[in-house]
Amino acid sequence: MSVLELRHVSRTYGQGAAEVHALADVDLAVEAGQMVAVMGPSGSGKSTLLTIAGSLEEPTSGEVLIGGAPLTKMSSNAKARLRRRSIGYVFQDFNLLPGLTAAENVALPLELDGTSARKAHLVGLKTLDDLGLGAKAGSFPDQLSGGERQRVAIARAVVGDRRLLLADEPSGALDSVNGEAVMRLIHAACKRGVAAVVVTHDAQLASWADRVVFLRDGRVTDHTAPLPGPESLLSGEQSR
Amino acid sequence: MTVRHALLALLSEGPKYGLQLREEFEARTGEVWPLNVGQVYTTLQRLERDGLVESDDTSEDGREKTQQNIFRITAEGQQELVGWLRTPPDLSAPPRDELIMKVLVAMRVPGTDVPEVIQVHRRYLVELMQQWTRIKEAEAESDLSLALVVDAELFRLDAVIRWLDAADGRIKRAAPGSPGEPSAAALPRVPRRRGTGIAR
Repeated sequence: MSVLELRHVSRTYGQGAAEVHALADVDLAVEAGQMVAVMGPSGSGKSTLLTIAGSLEEPTSGEVLIGGAPLTKMSSNAKARLRRRSIGYVFQDFNLLPGLTAAENVALPLELDGTSARKAHLVGLKTLDDLGLGAKAGSFPDQLSGGERQRVAIARAVVGDRRLLLADEPSGALDSVNGEAVMRLIHAACKRGVAAVVVTHDAQLASWADRVVFLRDGRVTDHTAPLPGPESLLSGEQSR
Repeated sequence: MTVRHALLALLSEGPKYGLQLREEFEARTGEVWPLNVGQVYTTLQRLERDGLVESDDTSEDGREKTQQNIFRITAEGQQELVGWLRTPPDLSAPPRDELIMKVLVAMRVPGTDVPEVIQVHRRYLVELMQQWTRIKEAEAESDLSLALVVDAELFRLDAVIRWLDAADGRIKRAAPGSPGEPSAAALPRVPRRRGTGIAR
Protein backbone atom coordinates (compact mmCIF):
# COMPACT_ATOMS: atom_id res chain seq x y z
CA MET A 1 0.00 0.00 0.00
CA SER A 2 1.33 3.41 -0.96
CA VAL A 3 2.01 5.95 1.78
CA LEU A 4 0.65 8.64 -0.54
CA GLU A 5 -1.55 8.20 -3.56
CA LEU A 6 -3.13 10.81 -5.81
CA ARG A 7 -5.85 9.48 -8.13
CA HIS A 8 -7.01 11.65 -11.02
CA VAL A 9 -6.44 14.78 -8.95
CA SER A 10 -7.43 18.08 -10.54
CA ARG A 11 -7.47 21.56 -9.07
CA THR A 12 -9.09 24.51 -10.75
CA TYR A 13 -9.04 28.13 -9.60
CA GLY A 14 -11.46 30.83 -10.78
CA GLN A 15 -14.37 30.46 -13.14
CA GLY A 16 -15.29 31.07 -16.75
CA ALA A 17 -12.66 32.98 -18.70
CA ALA A 18 -10.53 33.33 -15.58
CA GLU A 19 -10.48 29.57 -14.96
CA VAL A 20 -7.00 28.18 -14.34
CA HIS A 21 -6.27 24.45 -14.26
CA ALA A 22 -3.46 24.26 -11.71
CA LEU A 23 -3.55 20.45 -11.75
CA ALA A 24 -5.22 18.24 -14.33
CA ASP A 25 -5.80 14.52 -13.80
CA VAL A 26 -2.64 13.83 -11.82
CA ASP A 27 -1.87 10.28 -10.69
CA LEU A 28 1.02 9.74 -8.30
CA ALA A 29 1.93 6.97 -5.86
CA VAL A 30 4.79 7.14 -3.35
CA GLU A 31 5.84 4.06 -1.42
CA ALA A 32 7.47 3.83 2.01
CA GLY A 33 11.21 4.47 1.74
CA GLN A 34 10.88 6.16 -1.62
CA MET A 35 11.82 9.72 -2.57
CA VAL A 36 9.94 11.20 -5.48
CA ALA A 37 10.93 14.55 -6.93
CA VAL A 38 8.43 16.63 -8.87
CA MET A 39 10.13 18.89 -11.39
CA GLY A 40 8.60 21.57 -13.50
CA PRO A 41 8.84 25.25 -14.35
CA SER A 42 7.21 28.00 -12.24
CA GLY A 43 3.43 27.79 -12.56
CA SER A 44 3.43 24.11 -13.55
CA GLY A 45 1.43 23.16 -10.43
CA LYS A 46 4.24 21.80 -8.24
CA SER A 47 3.29 23.65 -5.06
CA THR A 48 -0.42 22.97 -5.55
CA LEU A 49 0.37 19.27 -5.83
CA LEU A 50 2.26 19.42 -2.55
CA THR A 51 -0.43 21.31 -0.60
CA ILE A 52 -3.11 18.91 -1.86
CA ALA A 53 -0.93 15.89 -1.00
CA GLY A 54 -0.48 17.35 2.48
CA SER A 55 -4.25 17.87 2.95
CA LEU A 56 -3.72 21.63 3.26
CA GLU A 57 -5.93 22.14 0.22
CA GLU A 58 -8.81 20.19 -1.33
CA PRO A 59 -8.70 18.96 -4.92
CA THR A 60 -11.54 20.07 -7.22
CA SER A 61 -11.88 16.43 -8.28
CA GLY A 62 -10.05 13.18 -7.74
CA GLU A 63 -8.88 11.52 -4.57
CA VAL A 64 -5.92 11.71 -2.19
CA LEU A 65 -5.14 8.67 -0.03
CA ILE A 66 -2.66 8.64 2.82
CA GLY A 67 -1.74 5.19 4.07
CA GLY A 68 -4.65 3.90 1.98
CA ALA A 69 -7.22 6.13 3.70
CA PRO A 70 -9.05 8.61 1.45
CA LEU A 71 -8.89 12.19 2.76
CA THR A 72 -12.37 12.98 1.44
CA LYS A 73 -13.85 10.57 3.98
CA MET A 74 -12.04 12.15 6.92
CA SER A 75 -13.45 14.82 9.24
CA SER A 76 -11.44 18.01 9.52
CA ASN A 77 -10.35 16.90 12.99
CA ALA A 78 -9.07 13.60 11.62
CA LYS A 79 -7.19 15.44 8.87
CA ALA A 80 -5.65 17.81 11.41
CA ARG A 81 -4.54 14.81 13.48
CA LEU A 82 -3.07 13.16 10.38
CA ARG A 83 -1.12 16.35 9.59
CA ARG A 84 0.24 16.51 13.13
CA ARG A 85 1.16 12.85 13.41
CA SER A 86 1.98 11.52 9.98
CA ILE A 87 3.06 14.35 7.71
CA GLY A 88 6.14 16.56 7.93
CA TYR A 89 6.46 19.74 5.89
CA VAL A 90 9.66 21.48 4.83
CA PHE A 91 9.47 24.85 3.12
CA GLN A 92 12.09 26.94 1.36
CA ASP A 93 11.91 29.64 4.04
CA PHE A 94 12.21 27.13 6.93
CA ASN A 95 9.10 28.40 8.83
CA LEU A 96 10.70 27.99 12.25
CA LEU A 97 9.07 29.86 15.13
CA PRO A 98 11.54 32.62 16.08
CA GLY A 99 10.65 32.65 19.81
CA LEU A 100 11.43 28.95 20.29
CA THR A 101 14.82 27.25 20.44
CA ALA A 102 15.79 24.63 17.86
CA ALA A 103 14.83 21.82 20.26
CA GLU A 104 11.49 23.49 21.10
CA ASN A 105 10.73 23.95 17.40
CA VAL A 106 11.39 20.27 16.76
CA ALA A 107 9.38 19.18 19.82
CA LEU A 108 6.40 21.40 18.95
CA PRO A 109 4.45 18.98 16.68
CA LEU A 110 4.68 16.29 19.39
CA GLU A 111 3.47 18.68 22.09
CA LEU A 112 0.59 19.83 19.90
CA ASP A 113 -0.34 16.20 19.54
CA GLY A 114 -0.56 15.70 23.31
CA THR A 115 2.89 14.34 24.17
CA SER A 116 4.12 15.73 27.52
CA ALA A 117 6.47 18.70 27.20
CA ARG A 118 9.31 16.79 28.87
CA LYS A 119 9.02 13.73 26.64
CA ALA A 120 8.59 15.85 23.51
CA HIS A 121 11.72 17.81 24.44
CA LEU A 122 13.74 14.60 24.86
CA VAL A 123 12.58 13.25 21.49
CA GLY A 124 13.34 16.64 19.92
CA LEU A 125 16.86 16.60 21.37
CA LYS A 126 17.49 13.08 20.10
CA THR A 127 16.24 13.95 16.60
CA LEU A 128 18.53 16.99 16.48
CA ASP A 129 21.39 14.85 17.74
CA ASP A 130 20.76 12.26 15.01
CA LEU A 131 21.04 15.03 12.42
CA GLY A 132 24.31 16.31 13.86
CA LEU A 133 22.69 19.38 15.44
CA GLY A 134 22.82 18.39 19.11
CA ALA A 135 25.08 21.34 19.94
CA LYS A 136 22.56 23.79 18.47
CA ALA A 137 19.55 22.53 20.45
CA GLY A 138 19.43 25.62 22.67
CA SER A 139 19.95 28.14 19.84
CA PHE A 140 17.16 30.35 18.54
CA PRO A 141 16.56 30.41 14.75
CA ASP A 142 18.24 33.81 14.33
CA GLN A 143 21.40 32.36 15.91
CA LEU A 144 21.58 29.62 13.26
CA SER A 145 22.92 29.73 9.70
CA GLY A 146 20.54 29.10 6.78
CA GLY A 147 21.80 25.54 6.43
CA GLU A 148 21.36 24.84 10.16
CA ARG A 149 17.84 26.32 10.13
CA GLN A 150 16.82 24.07 7.28
CA ARG A 151 18.28 21.03 9.04
CA VAL A 152 16.23 21.96 12.14
CA ALA A 153 13.17 22.26 9.88
CA ILE A 154 13.87 18.75 8.57
CA ALA A 155 14.30 17.46 12.13
CA ARG A 156 10.88 18.94 12.94
CA ALA A 157 9.42 17.34 9.81
CA VAL A 158 10.67 13.85 10.66
CA VAL A 159 10.26 13.92 14.49
CA GLY A 160 8.12 11.17 15.99
CA ASP A 161 6.45 8.67 13.72
CA ARG A 162 6.02 10.66 10.56
CA ARG A 163 5.52 8.54 7.43
CA LEU A 164 5.33 11.27 4.81
CA LEU A 165 7.72 14.15 4.23
CA LEU A 166 6.63 16.92 1.85
CA ALA A 167 9.29 19.43 0.85
CA ASP A 168 8.92 22.55 -1.31
CA GLU A 169 12.29 23.67 -2.73
CA PRO A 170 13.97 22.56 0.54
CA SER A 171 17.42 23.85 -0.37
CA GLY A 172 16.38 26.64 -2.70
CA ALA A 173 18.04 29.41 -0.69
CA LEU A 174 21.15 27.46 0.32
CA ASP A 175 24.56 27.09 -1.29
CA SER A 176 25.42 23.78 -2.92
CA VAL A 177 27.22 22.30 0.12
CA ASN A 178 24.32 23.04 2.49
CA GLY A 179 21.84 22.04 -0.21
CA GLU A 180 23.55 18.67 -0.49
CA ALA A 181 23.51 18.26 3.31
CA VAL A 182 19.75 18.87 3.31
CA MET A 183 19.17 16.33 0.55
CA ARG A 184 21.33 13.77 2.37
CA LEU A 185 19.09 14.17 5.43
CA ILE A 186 15.91 13.67 3.42
CA HIS A 187 17.51 10.69 1.70
CA ALA A 188 18.50 9.22 5.08
CA ALA A 189 14.92 9.68 6.34
CA CYS A 190 13.71 7.70 3.32
CA LYS A 191 16.18 4.92 4.11
CA ARG A 192 14.48 4.67 7.50
CA GLY A 193 11.16 4.13 5.71
CA VAL A 194 9.77 7.65 5.30
CA ALA A 195 8.12 8.43 1.95
CA ALA A 196 9.14 11.83 0.60
CA VAL A 197 7.90 14.15 -2.11
CA VAL A 198 10.25 16.99 -3.01
CA VAL A 199 9.09 19.61 -5.46
CA THR A 200 11.81 21.60 -7.15
CA HIS A 201 12.92 23.16 -10.38
CA ASP A 202 16.52 22.24 -9.49
CA ALA A 203 17.87 19.13 -11.24
CA GLN A 204 20.68 18.69 -8.70
CA LEU A 205 18.12 18.39 -5.91
CA ALA A 206 15.85 16.18 -7.98
CA SER A 207 18.72 13.84 -8.77
CA TRP A 208 18.64 12.58 -5.16
CA ALA A 209 15.20 11.09 -5.81
CA ASP A 210 14.45 7.48 -6.71
CA ARG A 211 11.96 8.74 -9.30
CA VAL A 212 11.55 12.13 -10.91
CA VAL A 213 8.12 13.14 -12.17
CA PHE A 214 7.86 15.99 -14.67
CA LEU A 215 4.94 18.38 -14.40
CA ARG A 216 3.91 20.77 -17.16
CA ASP A 217 0.83 22.99 -17.19
CA GLY A 218 -0.64 20.97 -14.32
CA ARG A 219 -0.17 17.59 -16.00
CA VAL A 220 2.34 14.82 -15.36
CA THR A 221 4.03 14.57 -18.74
CA ASP A 222 6.91 12.20 -18.04
CA HIS A 223 8.95 10.40 -15.40
CA THR A 224 12.40 8.88 -15.11
CA ALA A 225 13.11 5.16 -15.50
CA PRO A 226 14.12 3.04 -12.48
CA LEU A 227 17.74 3.61 -11.56
CA PRO A 228 20.39 1.22 -12.85
CA GLY A 229 23.37 0.37 -10.65
CA PRO A 230 26.25 2.87 -10.35
CA GLU A 231 28.54 0.59 -12.37
CA SER A 232 26.78 1.79 -15.54
CA LEU A 233 28.67 5.10 -15.27
CA LEU A 234 32.00 3.78 -14.08
CA SER A 235 33.24 2.59 -17.44
CA GLY A 236 36.63 1.94 -15.91
CA GLU A 237 35.04 -0.76 -13.77
CA GLN A 238 33.40 -2.29 -16.83
CA SER A 239 36.56 -2.50 -18.86
CA ARG A 240 38.36 -4.51 -16.24
CA MET B 1 42.47 16.52 -19.21
CA THR B 2 45.72 15.59 -20.96
CA VAL B 3 47.27 12.28 -20.06
CA ARG B 4 50.63 13.97 -20.61
CA HIS B 5 50.15 16.44 -17.76
CA ALA B 6 48.41 13.92 -15.52
CA LEU B 7 51.50 11.69 -15.75
CA LEU B 8 53.80 14.62 -15.05
CA ALA B 9 51.67 15.44 -11.98
CA LEU B 10 51.97 11.87 -10.68
CA LEU B 11 55.73 11.86 -11.29
CA SER B 12 56.08 15.17 -9.41
CA GLU B 13 55.43 13.12 -6.25
CA GLY B 14 58.41 10.89 -6.94
CA PRO B 15 59.75 8.25 -9.39
CA LYS B 16 57.21 5.59 -10.52
CA TYR B 17 56.80 2.55 -12.79
CA GLY B 18 54.64 2.69 -15.95
CA LEU B 19 51.98 0.33 -14.63
CA GLN B 20 51.92 2.13 -11.30
CA LEU B 21 51.24 5.39 -13.17
CA ARG B 22 48.23 3.91 -14.88
CA GLU B 23 46.77 2.60 -11.61
CA GLU B 24 47.34 5.86 -9.79
CA PHE B 25 45.86 7.91 -12.66
CA GLU B 26 42.63 5.94 -12.46
CA ALA B 27 42.50 6.05 -8.68
CA ARG B 28 43.06 9.83 -8.57
CA THR B 29 40.30 10.52 -11.08
CA GLY B 30 37.81 8.48 -9.07
CA GLU B 31 38.13 5.67 -11.67
CA VAL B 32 35.87 7.72 -13.91
CA TRP B 33 38.50 8.04 -16.63
CA PRO B 34 39.83 4.63 -17.63
CA LEU B 35 43.29 4.80 -19.16
CA ASN B 36 44.58 2.46 -21.80
CA VAL B 37 47.98 0.92 -20.97
CA GLY B 38 49.16 1.75 -24.49
CA GLN B 39 48.37 5.42 -23.89
CA VAL B 40 50.62 5.41 -20.82
CA TYR B 41 53.54 3.86 -22.72
CA THR B 42 53.38 6.12 -25.77
CA THR B 43 52.89 9.22 -23.62
CA LEU B 44 55.86 8.31 -21.43
CA GLN B 45 58.04 7.76 -24.51
CA ARG B 46 57.05 11.17 -25.88
CA LEU B 47 57.65 12.86 -22.53
CA GLU B 48 61.09 11.27 -22.43
CA ARG B 49 61.81 12.34 -26.00
CA ASP B 50 60.85 15.94 -25.07
CA GLY B 51 63.15 15.87 -22.02
CA LEU B 52 60.28 16.25 -19.52
CA VAL B 53 60.83 12.86 -17.87
CA GLU B 54 63.79 10.49 -17.71
CA SER B 55 64.09 6.77 -17.02
CA ASP B 56 66.81 4.38 -15.83
CA ASP B 57 66.99 2.63 -19.17
CA THR B 58 67.17 4.83 -22.23
CA SER B 59 66.92 1.98 -24.76
CA GLU B 60 63.83 2.26 -26.97
CA ASP B 61 62.54 -1.25 -27.34
CA GLY B 62 58.92 -0.52 -26.48
CA ARG B 63 56.38 -1.87 -24.10
CA GLU B 64 58.21 -4.26 -21.86
CA LYS B 65 61.05 -1.88 -21.13
CA THR B 66 58.61 0.96 -20.42
CA GLN B 67 56.68 -1.27 -18.03
CA GLN B 68 59.76 -2.18 -16.04
CA ASN B 69 61.44 1.20 -16.08
CA ILE B 70 61.25 3.72 -13.33
CA PHE B 71 60.42 7.22 -14.56
CA ARG B 72 61.20 10.51 -12.90
CA ILE B 73 60.25 14.09 -13.75
CA THR B 74 63.00 16.48 -14.94
CA ALA B 75 63.36 20.18 -14.04
CA GLU B 76 61.87 21.02 -17.46
CA GLY B 77 58.98 18.66 -16.69
CA GLN B 78 58.32 20.46 -13.37
CA GLN B 79 58.30 23.79 -15.19
CA GLU B 80 55.90 22.47 -17.82
CA LEU B 81 53.55 21.15 -15.10
CA VAL B 82 53.50 24.42 -13.13
CA GLY B 83 52.76 26.36 -16.32
CA TRP B 84 49.98 23.96 -17.37
CA LEU B 85 48.20 24.19 -13.97
CA ARG B 86 47.79 27.94 -14.43
CA THR B 87 46.92 27.94 -18.14
CA PRO B 88 43.12 28.24 -18.58
CA PRO B 89 41.71 25.63 -20.97
CA ASP B 90 40.24 27.07 -24.14
CA LEU B 91 36.58 27.69 -23.31
CA SER B 92 36.24 30.80 -25.44
CA ALA B 93 34.90 29.18 -28.62
CA PRO B 94 31.26 27.98 -28.60
CA PRO B 95 31.25 24.20 -28.25
CA ARG B 96 30.05 22.11 -31.17
CA ASP B 97 27.04 21.00 -29.25
CA GLU B 98 24.91 18.30 -30.82
CA LEU B 99 22.03 18.94 -28.42
CA ILE B 100 21.75 22.62 -29.42
CA MET B 101 21.69 21.52 -33.04
CA LYS B 102 18.93 18.95 -32.38
CA VAL B 103 16.69 21.57 -30.74
CA LEU B 104 17.32 24.07 -33.54
CA VAL B 105 16.57 21.42 -36.15
CA ALA B 106 13.45 20.26 -34.23
CA MET B 107 12.01 23.75 -34.68
CA ARG B 108 12.49 23.43 -38.44
CA VAL B 109 11.03 19.98 -38.98
CA PRO B 110 7.29 20.30 -39.69
CA GLY B 111 4.98 18.60 -37.20
CA THR B 112 7.65 18.21 -34.53
CA ASP B 113 6.52 18.64 -30.93
CA VAL B 114 9.55 20.66 -29.81
CA PRO B 115 8.76 20.62 -26.05
CA GLU B 116 8.46 16.85 -26.29
CA VAL B 117 11.87 16.61 -28.00
CA ILE B 118 13.29 18.84 -25.25
CA GLN B 119 11.68 16.65 -22.57
CA VAL B 120 13.25 13.48 -24.01
CA HIS B 121 16.68 15.05 -23.53
CA ARG B 122 15.79 16.58 -20.16
CA ARG B 123 14.68 13.19 -18.82
CA TYR B 124 17.83 11.49 -20.07
CA LEU B 125 20.03 14.11 -18.42
CA VAL B 126 18.14 13.90 -15.11
CA GLU B 127 18.52 10.10 -15.20
CA LEU B 128 22.27 10.53 -15.71
CA MET B 129 22.38 12.98 -12.80
CA GLN B 130 20.52 10.48 -10.59
CA GLN B 131 23.20 7.90 -11.34
CA TRP B 132 26.04 10.33 -10.53
CA THR B 133 24.28 11.36 -7.33
CA ARG B 134 24.00 7.71 -6.29
CA ILE B 135 27.75 7.34 -6.76
CA LYS B 136 28.33 10.47 -4.70
CA GLU B 137 25.96 9.27 -2.01
CA ALA B 138 27.57 5.84 -1.83
CA GLU B 139 31.26 6.59 -2.12
CA ALA B 140 32.15 10.23 -2.41
CA GLU B 141 32.13 10.98 1.34
CA SER B 142 35.31 8.97 1.69
CA ASP B 143 36.87 9.79 -1.67
CA LEU B 144 37.56 13.49 -2.25
CA SER B 145 38.78 13.05 -5.85
CA LEU B 146 35.63 11.16 -6.77
CA ALA B 147 33.43 13.78 -5.07
CA LEU B 148 35.09 16.54 -7.12
CA VAL B 149 34.75 14.62 -10.38
CA VAL B 150 31.08 13.82 -9.67
CA ASP B 151 30.34 17.44 -8.68
CA ALA B 152 31.87 18.66 -11.95
CA GLU B 153 29.75 16.22 -13.94
CA LEU B 154 26.58 17.17 -12.01
CA PHE B 155 27.18 20.89 -12.57
CA ARG B 156 27.85 20.29 -16.27
CA LEU B 157 24.67 18.25 -16.76
CA ASP B 158 22.72 20.74 -14.64
CA ALA B 159 23.85 23.55 -16.95
CA VAL B 160 22.59 21.63 -19.99
CA ILE B 161 19.20 21.06 -18.29
CA ARG B 162 19.01 24.77 -17.43
CA TRP B 163 19.63 25.58 -21.08
CA LEU B 164 16.85 23.16 -22.10
CA ASP B 165 14.51 24.81 -19.56
CA ALA B 166 15.39 28.25 -20.89
CA ALA B 167 14.94 27.09 -24.50
CA ASP B 168 11.59 25.53 -23.59
CA GLY B 169 10.37 28.78 -22.01
CA ARG B 170 11.70 30.92 -24.84
CA ILE B 171 10.06 28.78 -27.52
CA LYS B 172 6.77 28.78 -25.59
CA ARG B 173 6.81 32.58 -25.30
CA ALA B 174 7.74 33.01 -28.95
CA ALA B 175 4.65 31.13 -30.13
CA PRO B 176 1.89 31.51 -27.53
CA GLY B 177 -0.78 30.10 -29.87
CA SER B 178 0.85 26.73 -30.43
CA PRO B 179 3.77 26.06 -28.13
CA GLY B 180 4.81 22.95 -30.04
CA GLU B 181 4.85 24.53 -33.45
CA PRO B 182 6.13 28.09 -33.43
CA SER B 183 5.12 30.20 -36.40
CA ALA B 184 7.66 30.67 -39.18
CA ALA B 185 8.03 34.34 -38.18
CA ALA B 186 8.94 33.33 -34.64
CA LEU B 187 11.56 30.82 -35.74
CA PRO B 188 15.09 31.98 -35.28
CA ARG B 189 17.34 31.66 -38.29
CA VAL B 190 19.75 28.78 -37.97
CA PRO B 191 23.15 30.45 -37.62
CA ARG B 192 25.55 29.80 -40.44
CA ARG B 193 28.55 31.25 -38.74
CA ARG B 194 31.69 29.21 -39.16
CA GLY B 195 33.17 27.71 -36.02
CA THR B 196 29.92 27.10 -34.13
CA GLY B 197 29.59 23.66 -35.68
CA ILE B 198 25.87 24.27 -36.21
CA ALA B 199 26.00 24.86 -39.95
CA ARG B 200 28.01 21.78 -40.70
